[in-house]
Amino acid sequence: MADTLWRSTGRTRRSTRTVRISFSAVTVAAVVLAVLIVPPLAQLDEQAVDLSKKLLPPSWEHPFGTDDVGRDLLLRCVYGLRISLLVGLVAALVATVVGTLVGAAAAAFGGWTDRIVMRLVDTFASVPHLLLGIFIVAMFRPGVWPVIASVALTHWLSTARIVRSEVLSLRSRPFVDAAISGGASRLRLTARHLLPSVLPQAGLAAVLMVPHAMWHESALSFLGLGLPTHQASLGNLVQSARSSLLAGDWWPTLFPGLFLIIPTLAIAGLAGAWRERINPRRRSELML
Amino acid sequence: MLELDTITAGYDRLRPVVREVSLTLAPGEAVGLLGPSGCGKSTLAKVAALLHRPYAGRVVIDGEPARGWRHTAPRAQRTAIGVVFQQPRMSADPRLPLRDLIAEPLRATGRRDEVPARVGELADTVGLTGELLGRRPHEVSDGQLQRACLARALVLRPRWLICDEMTAMLDASTTAALVAVVEEYRAAEGAGLLAVGHDSILLERWCDRTVHWQTPPTD
Repeated sequence: MADTLWRSTGRTRRSTRTVRISFSAVTVAAVVLAVLIVPPLAQLDEQAVDLSKKLLPPSWEHPFGTDDVGRDLLLRCVYGLRISLLVGLVAALVATVVGTLVGAAAAAFGGWTDRIVMRLVDTFASVPHLLLGIFIVAMFRPGVWPVIASVALTHWLSTARIVRSEVLSLRSRPFVDAAISGGASRLRLTARHLLPSVLPQAGLAAVLMVPHAMWHESALSFLGLGLPTHQASLGNLVQSARSSLLAGDWWPTLFPGLFLIIPTLAIAGLAGAWRERINPRRRSELML
Repeated sequence: MLELDTITAGYDRLRPVVREVSLTLAPGEAVGLLGPSGCGKSTLAKVAALLHRPYAGRVVIDGEPARGWRHTAPRAQRTAIGVVFQQPRMSADPRLPLRDLIAEPLRATGRRDEVPARVGELADTVGLTGELLGRRPHEVSDGQLQRACLARALVLRPRWLICDEMTAMLDASTTAALVAVVEEYRAAEGAGLLAVGHDSILLERWCDRTVHWQTPPTD
């Protein structure tokens, strides 16, 4: 029929969405492979100092150049990405588990429990979370775990809110009435009927939180409060590159910066695609 | 006896939908509750099933006043009343296959060992064949899902059964089949029935007596 409402344009062009998803997937796969394979294969010491080679611009021998004490920046970027990714993943996982449990408990019990818990969440959320994060890391010796704790403990709030509202909307469905009438206890209702329906949302929140957590790790390290300064994390790399940037040496800042931005955007892109799958009505905007 | 004693209930304390309504069911009796949309008959059904806390009045189940609502009601009182809702789609957990849907009350009350026998028996009664039992709610029709919901309501052998517009979404033959299942169960167990609906022809043929509910004057 010539006059159908929906006509094919006759071209098989991939949508920008498909391109974005495949780009994100390839990048994430490459990042994971790089941080898993390069350190054991390279057998190089990313801390090895060679003052005769300090601040060399990118070349075939050192594709990303060297830093101000002659360390290879490509190797340090990979190690930095590795530690940032680890912090991001663990922090996001902890934050999601805490947020899901708190949100589900608040919604399942309702009444005063809900009110008190959610006002507590509001109170925490009213403090800028970088400030709260700085407060938490400042209480400990620099290291990986304080940073993870700092990021996780400031990021469960939004997950708790999402899970609570989701559970509340499920709770008004007749199948909850049917379960109560069938003798289900509060715990069983939550564990068997409510939480499993919320898990896709919570999983999505966890993935979306990974880039955010990585940025926070970098911010804390950049401020000198995160990981120990000798450890190659992306925040530390950018921080130590500041002095050479003023002297006109661009590579120690640019490459760690790209290593932070590109993988986080790729993870966010994949999470966005996942969200469109489980909730097609909300078209993707990057929630970082 | 299942007694509803001067119940006032609703969703806004200043304008309750149900005002001082009393209704008594004798064991084995089938009572039809007829009324137009929005008159409060579903709310009354939820109160009778201990699923909605009324503002005033009390529910007495077999001589024992209800001691709570929803989760605060003792499990024995809650499970003494089986409920079938109007929309099977909404009243089934979308993740559970029909077999688990029917078995859920047995598992929730710690009677796992009865699951295979009881589920098989009830599936036969409501006319669900083996293959359908493995499907999830979105893979079956409304009628098939409502059959499973009726089986779930009967699985704990309740002494009282409340059918809230059970057949409103179904065709004539499924309606007839489900009514026959309910009648068979009542004959076997001597259970009392409260059937809520707006189909007066059906309810008058089905029930021992029907109660016509007029819309309360709106102020």
